[in-house]
Amino acid sequence: MEQTWETPVMAQGRRVAWSRVVIYGLLGFFGLVYVLPLVVMLLTSFKHLPEIYAGNMVALPKDWTVEPWIDAWQRACVGLTCNGIKGYFWNSIKMTVLAVLISTAIGLLNGYVLTKWKFKGANVLFGLMLFGCFIPFQIVLIPMATLLGKMGIASSTTGLVFVHVVYGICFTTLYARNYYVAFPDELVKAAMIDGARFFSIFWRILLPNSAPIIIVTVIWQFTNIWNDFLFGASFSTGASAPMTVALNNVVNTSTGERPYNVHMAAAMIAALPTLLVYIFGGRYFVRGLMAGSVKG
Amino acid sequence: MATPYAEALEPSATAPARARLQELLPKLVLAPSVLITLVFVYGFIIWTTYLSFTKSRGYPVHQLVGLLQYERVWAQPRWSVALHNLAVFGVLYVVICMFLGLLLAILLDQRIRQEGTLRAIFLYPMAISFIVTGTAWKWMLNPGLGIEKLAHDWGFANFKFDWIVNEDMAIYTLVIAGVWQASGFVMAMFLAGLRGIDQDIIKAASIDGARMLRIYWRIIIPQLRPVFLSSLVILAHLAIKSYDLVVALTGGGPGYATDLPSTFMYTHTFTREQLGMGAASAVMMLLTVAAIMVPFLYSEVRHSRATARE
Repeated sequence: MEQTWETPVMAQGRRVAWSRVVIYGLLGFFGLVYVLPLVVMLLTSFKHLPEIYAGNMVALPKDWTVEPWIDAWQRACVGLTCNGIKGYFWNSIKMTVLAVLISTAIGLLNGYVLTKWKFKGANVLFGLMLFGCFIPFQIVLIPMATLLGKMGIASSTTGLVFVHVVYGICFTTLYARNYYVAFPDELVKAAMIDGARFFSIFWRILLPNSAPIIIVTVIWQFTNIWNDFLFGASFSTGASAPMTVALNNVVNTSTGERPYNVHMAAAMIAALPTLLVYIFGGRYFVRGLMAGSVKG
Repeated sequence: MATPYAEALEPSATAPARARLQELLPKLVLAPSVLITLVFVYGFIIWTTYLSFTKSRGYPVHQLVGLLQYERVWAQPRWSVALHNLAVFGVLYVVICMFLGLLLAILLDQRIRQEGTLRAIFLYPMAISFIVTGTAWKWMLNPGLGIEKLAHDWGFANFKFDWIVNEDMAIYTLVIAGVWQASGFVMAMFLAGLRGIDQDIIKAASIDGARMLRIYWRIIIPQLRPVFLSSLVILAHLAIKSYDLVVALTGGGPGYATDLPSTFMYTHTFTREQLGMGAASAVMMLLTVAAIMVPFLYSEVRHSRATARE
């Protein structure tokens, strides 16, 4: 992403200085606005409750406390059980890791077939799969709920992994395919002449050169699956719920004086995995976003 | 025979059976995914469409009733509200996101210090679930605790910002939060577009003495037409699919003032035991998304095939 294109140069002289002030002023203003919700969440999660009700939302905590974080993790009420969000956090971890690994592996193989072993109709099949990325998932909720019930994996992490793999492979296939299209056919051909077979070509030639697309795919899938709410809310109940569903329950079920600090701490914990991925792999996240939107 | 590498395989193909297996293998590897797509995307679309023509309520039944469920949906005042909301939300969301995204991209394209940091700040809302950030937004929009209280504390005693609890204004809080979430993404798309523009044209124009604003308006922005198109399509389909946003921010309330078709579908299917109506509303959502996405995907795939052939 770090390109050094020359950008249009502003006119000479004093106007330059003024336009710079305006540009930085606007950018600074928008930057503050964009970062505000996160800052409010963080600050609030470190405050005692009385201070929250008395003070204002952007004030630094006068008396820092990590109690809300501990409460959120161990004692917050999700529905009627008050064991904190830790169980749901692990649900999400299990669900996400499994679904990401499986869908990424399938996507890579699909991309390999669709570009290096092209057959008649391959493009049509790809087009059919691609449409699956963009359907509103409301259209599959009722059949999927019925099917998961019949398969006996309704309301389980296994069921959610299944759903996320099924609706994740169109994206993973899209990424791998668009990446492998640019991979030189000559290398594959040469390996064939040397007698290499389908899987060994993939294993020895494509896979070692796939690090960038694997990172993009894993980050994209991780973010999407971790953040999913619709599938989680539709296909899980009680203790099997993923983090996002549990968080929504925490925020909406507290009675009496609302422990906003605990809500914010729970929200921060739910955000942490994707936030960390974003901080350390933001470059790849953006690449995934772009690959999922502007192709060709 | 269809693979371009068939001839390369032959010299080492000792047993014909094994060679045939090698030729089948790619298709076998792809087959499960194709099957999954056919069943879980297209099969389920047909299934839901079928349900929308049945009398199903609490559980699926097979008694066909024609378009009755659609008529029942359209007879609901709640559906009219959802559609009206989608129109208001959709138009504002798309237009403001594109305007803000372009503005931020142009600002960032002026050789800015800390460009990377700023870009990261504008884009992070896209990386976090709205169920999470909605918690913060709900709090900031809460008249007693958030922005309104802040303004009061700072001495603006008459400042009023209670949109989230106001039936007529609540939909605009969805626009604010939605724009906050997606505009960074649009910025990234426009920024990539700006970086791809031939700099010589711009240099030539600026040597001719054209002012910067004019250069942007006359030369640069028209060249971004493909980005406008893709961001329009992406945003429009995101607007139709918006669900988390409503659940986290307003829960569809006050009353059902901020319902969208997505929440309408969910409520009727899972809490009101109206499978048929839920299915009918889902079908209408799909048709709307398809009307936007299919021509776009078709042209994209065709375009990429055309460029691949060159």
